[in-house]
Amino acid sequence: MKEGYELIYQRPKTLTDTRMHYCPGCFHSTMHKLMMEVVEEMDLQENTIGVCPVGCSVFAYEYMNIDVQEAAHGRAAAVATGIKRIHPDKLVFSYQGDGDLAAIGTAETIHACNRGENFTFIFINNGIYGMTGGQMAPTTLVGQKTSTSPYGREPAKVGLPLKMAEIVSRFGRVAYVERVSCNTAANARKAKKAVRKAFEYQLQKLGTTFIEVASNCPSQWKCTPEESLDWIKDHVLPYFPLGVFKEPEKKEK
Amino acid sequence: MGEIKLMKGNEALAEAAIRAGMQAYFGYPITPQSEVIEYLAREEPKHNYVLLQAESEVAAVNMMYGAGGAGGRVLTTTSSPGFSLMQEGVSYMTCTEIPGVFANIVRGGPGLGTIQPSQGDYFQAVKGGGHGDYHVIVLVPNSVQEMADHVFLAFELADKYRIPALILSDGAIGQMMEKLELPDPVPYKPNKPWATTGKTKDRERNILTSLYIKSEDMEIKNIHLQKKFREIEANEVRFDEYKTEDAEVIITSYGLTSRVAKKAVDIGREQGIKLGLFRPITVWPFPKGRIAELASRDDIRFFISIEMSAGQMVEDIQLNVCGKKPVHFYGRMGGIVPTPQEILDTVQSHLKE
Ligand SMILES: Cc1ncc(C[n+]2csc(CCOP(=O)(O)OP(=O)(O)O)c2C)c(N)n1
Repeated sequence: MKEGYELIYQRPKTLTDTRMHYCPGCFHSTMHKLMMEVVEEMDLQENTIGVCPVGCSVFAYEYMNIDVQEAAHGRAAAVATGIKRIHPDKLVFSYQGDGDLAAIGTAETIHACNRGENFTFIFINNGIYGMTGGQMAPTTLVGQKTSTSPYGREPAKVGLPLKMAEIVSRFGRVAYVERVSCNTAANARKAKKAVRKAFEYQLQKLGTTFIEVASNCPSQWKCTPEESLDWIKDHVLPYFPLGVFKEPEKKEK
Repeated sequence: MGEIKLMKGNEALAEAAIRAGMQAYFGYPITPQSEVIEYLAREEPKHNYVLLQAESEVAAVNMMYGAGGAGGRVLTTTSSPGFSLMQEGVSYMTCTEIPGVFANIVRGGPGLGTIQPSQGDYFQAVKGGGHGDYHVIVLVPNSVQEMADHVFLAFELADKYRIPALILSDGAIGQMMEKLELPDPVPYKPNKPWATTGKTKDRERNILTSLYIKSEDMEIKNIHLQKKFREIEANEVRFDEYKTEDAEVIITSYGLTSRVAKKAVDIGREQGIKLGLFRPITVWPFPKGRIAELASRDDIRFFISIEMSAGQMVEDIQLNVCGKKPVHFYGRMGGIVPTPQEILDTVQSHLKE
């Protein structure tokens, strides 16, 4: 450290030096960083096992400096269940996109939540299949154009976008559900707080913890990163409102 | 000496898993093997293992992947339609090199089929039922005793080679009761430095993935896997023979039908036909070398494969007999078990040729 300078920020040691492959502006990078900061701040590197999905974040293990298992498409919740059952005292999370968690993996998601599996879901809902080239997701907004809904999503044909945070918050053994975003600095700070709370509740063995991130995909939304933030504010958040859907009751002091 | 008991094949398998140090079982009920999860559920309070009835076989195999990857000694059991659903996961486990033990208590197919015993899943088990170039170790018990013994062997081989090991049995062996000597419990001490247990300061992080996006890397991974498969082929072939020394006709058969075939050998010999039985105990790795040796023997007139299928293992016999002798086939399908008489009639008709 240079004399007279004060270190106010540095990359957490829980992130590797590998340069991320994500498109400019993508929240995957932001969320990786926030999560790994929390792991470092809680001193959990030695006790954390992550599960990465198939989707744009398939390479998340290149960036997260922790033990990771790569799951088959949609199966992260089952893989995380297996890991957590063997290591009930370690911190386990699954990191999944909307195609992964809410289409091909819906059964695994619902049943892990219903059992109250004591791990944390980090659900990156960008309303589209990023990795495979911008096809419609179960969370694509009504009227939103994608390569498989080129005239806009039609509910009469494919139903309405799935609200996963709302759905899983109904399960008795789910402890904590919050929807966050990273579209503003303030929201990103809240997202980090939510991750921290989820990890803390997990370590207290309170049940399933579920963080949905109203995320973006400038490349497949065919817009600039800045425009993607406006789209979130104007279109995503009115349908997918931010906030806590469920939280363990605070003990009276 | 181990404990002597009268048990169903499925229950013997379950009890053996407990004694072999199984740490987690994930499964989904399906006839004719649900006794395994039911037995483990009854015994659970006395032991320390994880038992979870999954929401599907798809989930079960991925729980295996997670728990096996995290260092656990893991088991699942299923029957044909369920094993089909597990294939994606088996392919992932093979490439990621996560050990785990599977049992497929085969029933008649295709489709929903019947709950009666069959050997119709041989191709799926032996030729790689999922996508990609791979094999799993396949053990084929023919008794309740072997249902138990093979669990120990399967866990040992799976861990040794970091590969899924499959016990390929059938509804009859799963359901029938026989006397067996239960193997004594072994203390299981995991030595899996590659497992995801949390990155400690003294090591690099452990990543379990089957993703190799660059073709060159994917080829290197494949070469590594193939080398391992060759090593298993060199070291782990197992088979059994009955009266083959002076046989003129070699019956090849595994699992349940090998019991029927043995009876046919005895009856045939009483009638003066020199029959012998060759019984693979591993069908992958396949006892290629021994089949080739037998095929070179002058006194052997032909081979005949007896199966509960339309003719699956017979292809591996043909491959290794390599045209040196005729290879015939007799099988029943759909859950029907051939009788010794049917086998003898077929042998007789070929002897007249
Ligand atoms: C069994 C299977 N089916 C399909 C695919 C192809 N595939 C890969 S990623 C993906 C969708 C990913 O979308 P999402 O989960 O929303 O994540 P994102 O890429 O947007 O981050 C699909 C369909 C696959 N890898 N495996």
